[in-house]
Amino acid sequence: MVIEAMTNGGLAVTGLNFTYGPKLALDDVSLTVPPGRFCALLGPNGAGKSTLVSLLTRLLVAPKGDIHIAGHDLRATPRKALADLGVVFQQPTLDLNLTVRQNMSYFAALHGLPRGETPGRIDAALDRLDMRARGDEKVRALNGGHRRRMELARALLHDPKVLLLDEPTVGLDAAARQAITDHVHDLADAGLCVLWTTHLTDEVRDSDALLVLHQGRIIDTGVAGDIRGAHTLSDWFLARTGAPA
Amino acid sequence: MSGFWGVTRAIVGREFLRFIHQRERFIAALVRPLVWLLIFAAGFRAALGLSIIPPYQTYITYETYIVPGLCAMVLLFNGMQSSLSLVYDREMGSMRLLLTSPFPRWWLLYCRLFGSTAISILQVYAFLGIAALFGITLPTLGYIAVLPGLVLGGLMLGALGLVLSSFISQLENFAGVMNFVIFPMFFLSSALYPLWKMAESSPLLRDICALNPFTHVVELIRFLLYLQFNLHAFAWVVLSTLVLSLLAVWGYDPARGLMRRKG
Repeated sequence: MVIEAMTNGGLAVTGLNFTYGPKLALDDVSLTVPPGRFCALLGPNGAGKSTLVSLLTRLLVAPKGDIHIAGHDLRATPRKALADLGVVFQQPTLDLNLTVRQNMSYFAALHGLPRGETPGRIDAALDRLDMRARGDEKVRALNGGHRRRMELARALLHDPKVLLLDEPTVGLDAAARQAITDHVHDLADAGLCVLWTTHLTDEVRDSDALLVLHQGRIIDTGVAGDIRGAHTLSDWFLARTGAPA
Repeated sequence: MSGFWGVTRAIVGREFLRFIHQRERFIAALVRPLVWLLIFAAGFRAALGLSIIPPYQTYITYETYIVPGLCAMVLLFNGMQSSLSLVYDREMGSMRLLLTSPFPRWWLLYCRLFGSTAISILQVYAFLGIAALFGITLPTLGYIAVLPGLVLGGLMLGALGLVLSSFISQLENFAGVMNFVIFPMFFLSSALYPLWKMAESSPLLRDICALNPFTHVVELIRFLLYLQFNLHAFAWVVLSTLVLSLLAVWGYDPARGLMRRKG
């Protein structure tokens, strides 16, 4: 499966190590997410999720380990790898004074999309998330749920093969959380490779692939329903990590 | 190649949009040198006697003397302002968006630098325009001839801002660094007094001023405003720009600097 994810549209990480000074943040992390799969990376706060996201997006570079995005080695061919990666960061990354469309055009240019294609792509991306009517509003005027939907629409603008979401539902109400979670599951069903980091077990479906990150190490991997057995995922996770979910 | 042009246009365009949305920043950038020019210089005029030194061919008023230094001051403040917004971007997250673009990081930083320099230059011309309204004028062609000097000086000071922003982990730390950078750079330069005048007080201070790259930005601008070319200053500014740009790229290297400290 690693080979498959390395050579086609998936995500493959092998032997990733990272330290902040003397503190070990990630210890020999390996994971594989094939195309068409929703993989939840579950971990308590401080488990190393954000560090892993920074490494996957090349904000940081690990001294040891390899990352392949859609078959491209992030170390050797970062441009190709990043071109196939869509990201929704935990922190909002929107310019509040600009309109939705201006924010998206800026992103399109950062990804080198041809100028002529940009308006059409923006319309299509906004349509997918039912946000087209909001296109000319300033982001400042949008509520938290709409801002997140816009960020998701933006992350899909360049048709990435791998979608990475770092705790994307933080700060959202229940309805907005549900809507985003459902939508991203639909995207995975449609063939996208999705890695979704979270500490909230109710965002994970039984059929999802599950990785559990704890104290910088992957301690469990499999299908969520199989892993939790007869327990609820929340109880199982609490027992496994000693952290409330 | 069209992608490179597109990303340049987008980053520079965003800088302009941000600038337009911060009108108070523009006003502050104008008021600061005008206060120096119209109040400080007026008060100092009597205290400081200036002899005829190149590029001037006649006795000049103190106001005329400090105009190039104040142009450079606009560039300096704007370069620092831009790096402040980079630190802000990093804390707010929008830096992540920029740095995860597939374009080479050095190019993204260069675009950012170019955008902030363009805004600095607009501010300098606005300042020169108002100074002219108050009767402090320069040779007409000097206003055009100075443009390359402003671009180079703006790039140098913007690159300095980039370097600083890459080594500052939090917004709160910025004010201190500004005090340790802006004031020494400005006061230990030829912006407010010619170096020979400084030498009368202290040869050591004069030597420090002569090594300060900001002095050379001021002199480059001063000579160009009077349609003369100061090769020595030009070489210093080019060299400083190169060194600072390399340092900035190093500071933003994902394997070190910036995000590692930020976590």
